[in-house]
Amino acid sequence: MSAAATMVERPPPRARGWPRRRIVGYALVCLWILFGLGIVSYLYLAWNAEFFAKYAPAYLRGLGVTLALVSISMVLGAILSVPVAYGRMSKNRILSGLAYCYVYFFRGTPLLVQTYLVYYGLGSFRVELQSVGLWDFFKDAFNCGVFAFALNTAAYQAEILRGAIESVPRGQWEGAASLGLHKLQTLRKIILPQALIVALRPYGNELILMVKASAIVAIITVYDLMGNAKLAFANSFDIQAYIWVALVYLVMVEILRHGVEWIERRITIHLKR
Amino acid sequence: MPAQSIWTLLSWGPDGWLDDIAYGALITVALALATLPIGLTIGFFIALAKQSEEPSLRLAANIYTTVFRGLPELVTLFLFFFGMPILLQHLVRYFRPDATIDVNSFVAGMIVLALIFSSYASEVFLSAFRAIPKGQYEGGYAIGLSNWLTMRKVIVPQLLRIAFPGLENCWLSLLKDTSLVSVVGLAETLRNASIAARVTKHAFLFFGVASLVFLGLAVVSSFATSAILRSLGRREAQR
Repeated sequence: MSAAATMVERPPPRARGWPRRRIVGYALVCLWILFGLGIVSYLYLAWNAEFFAKYAPAYLRGLGVTLALVSISMVLGAILSVPVAYGRMSKNRILSGLAYCYVYFFRGTPLLVQTYLVYYGLGSFRVELQSVGLWDFFKDAFNCGVFAFALNTAAYQAEILRGAIESVPRGQWEGAASLGLHKLQTLRKIILPQALIVALRPYGNELILMVKASAIVAIITVYDLMGNAKLAFANSFDIQAYIWVALVYLVMVEILRHGVEWIERRITIHLKR
Repeated sequence: MPAQSIWTLLSWGPDGWLDDIAYGALITVALALATLPIGLTIGFFIALAKQSEEPSLRLAANIYTTVFRGLPELVTLFLFFFGMPILLQHLVRYFRPDATIDVNSFVAGMIVLALIFSSYASEVFLSAFRAIPKGQYEGGYAIGLSNWLTMRKVIVPQLLRIAFPGLENCWLSLLKDTSLVSVVGLAETLRNASIAARVTKHAFLFFGVASLVFLGLAVVSSFATSAILRSLGRREAQR
């Protein structure tokens, strides 16, 4: 390395005294600290052993329901996203048109509407569903939630998958073809390992979005984390029901976010110089 | 109740429900449009704070986005809708002991959606800020523009063009998030549709109509944004 390259540009000197932005910054941080202290002291003052004993186990059960809902629908969505992504990338007009409509519908309408459409809407077809024997499945709110969420996340995951596969340069396909690998082998051994590095962050974001969106199922009477908070609030009119649940969600999302970042750092080590 | 045909149910007027759903769609659009300027302004300042040299400003802005991007929209909404009256009541009691406070669901929805929208928009603005080379600021400084004028005349026009596609995504998710406010009783598209569904027992029909309304809004806004993008591009070409 030459001497010029090792000479580092010095960082600018730290601003001294109290420029306006520092005053504003300190004021805002103080505001956050006050806000945090306010919440903590409220929770301390409003500490109610009875409330806690009554609802803490329910919250834990709700957390389990939330995690089950998110993981089942994520996995089902991942499976379903493969044919959709294939359709989106296919040269067949009909196939790609269908896949495009699917993705457009599920990304263009609110998840809440989709959930209602499944939970309340399919009730209109009760007789038909009963004759097929699917009514027992759709009678349960949890199943309806999983169904709607899986369909919804499949649309998003299909786009992630497509974007990641298309981000791999064409030359990789051609190189593999010239080595005599067939399509499936190319996909498995060459394209997907490169694509999944690109896809990791969007997948992580999708997982976080799903965890957050799963609160919606509380509205269709599933007792997930949010559902139990709603129940606790309805019974006690105590706002700490929602504060606790907010803290749990925040912690969950932060763990996921940092976990994804950690995995990303680990699997891109070979790309760092 | 005699069986009504689908077309009577979907007609305009006292028998049909189309006018209610159209009114709801109007509320949905109004809510999203009312939120947009607030969210954009807050998001812009949060992004400014995040790229500031002052660590305390960055910290404050980062806490803001971590909190409002980390909380589910529904939880934020409920916290606000049920928590705000309690808090305000405590404050107001000091001055007027007999006052009671109700939070309008439109206003609560607007505040919550603005908080969420701004925390996502700030990330978009931040990456747009990073895409603008430092030379632009230095050029502004070199020809004697003040900080404020550099921002207004040099940086913001470029910033908007870079940030536009990201902001479009934020707008679309804002449009979809408005449906959550139906849960606290705002008579927007989804709420009116579910009332219609409950009364007529044609749930699939009315929720299908509601989803078509949202789909239509998304299509319209994608036309609008591509028109805006074209005009932005044209202004670029004129220079």
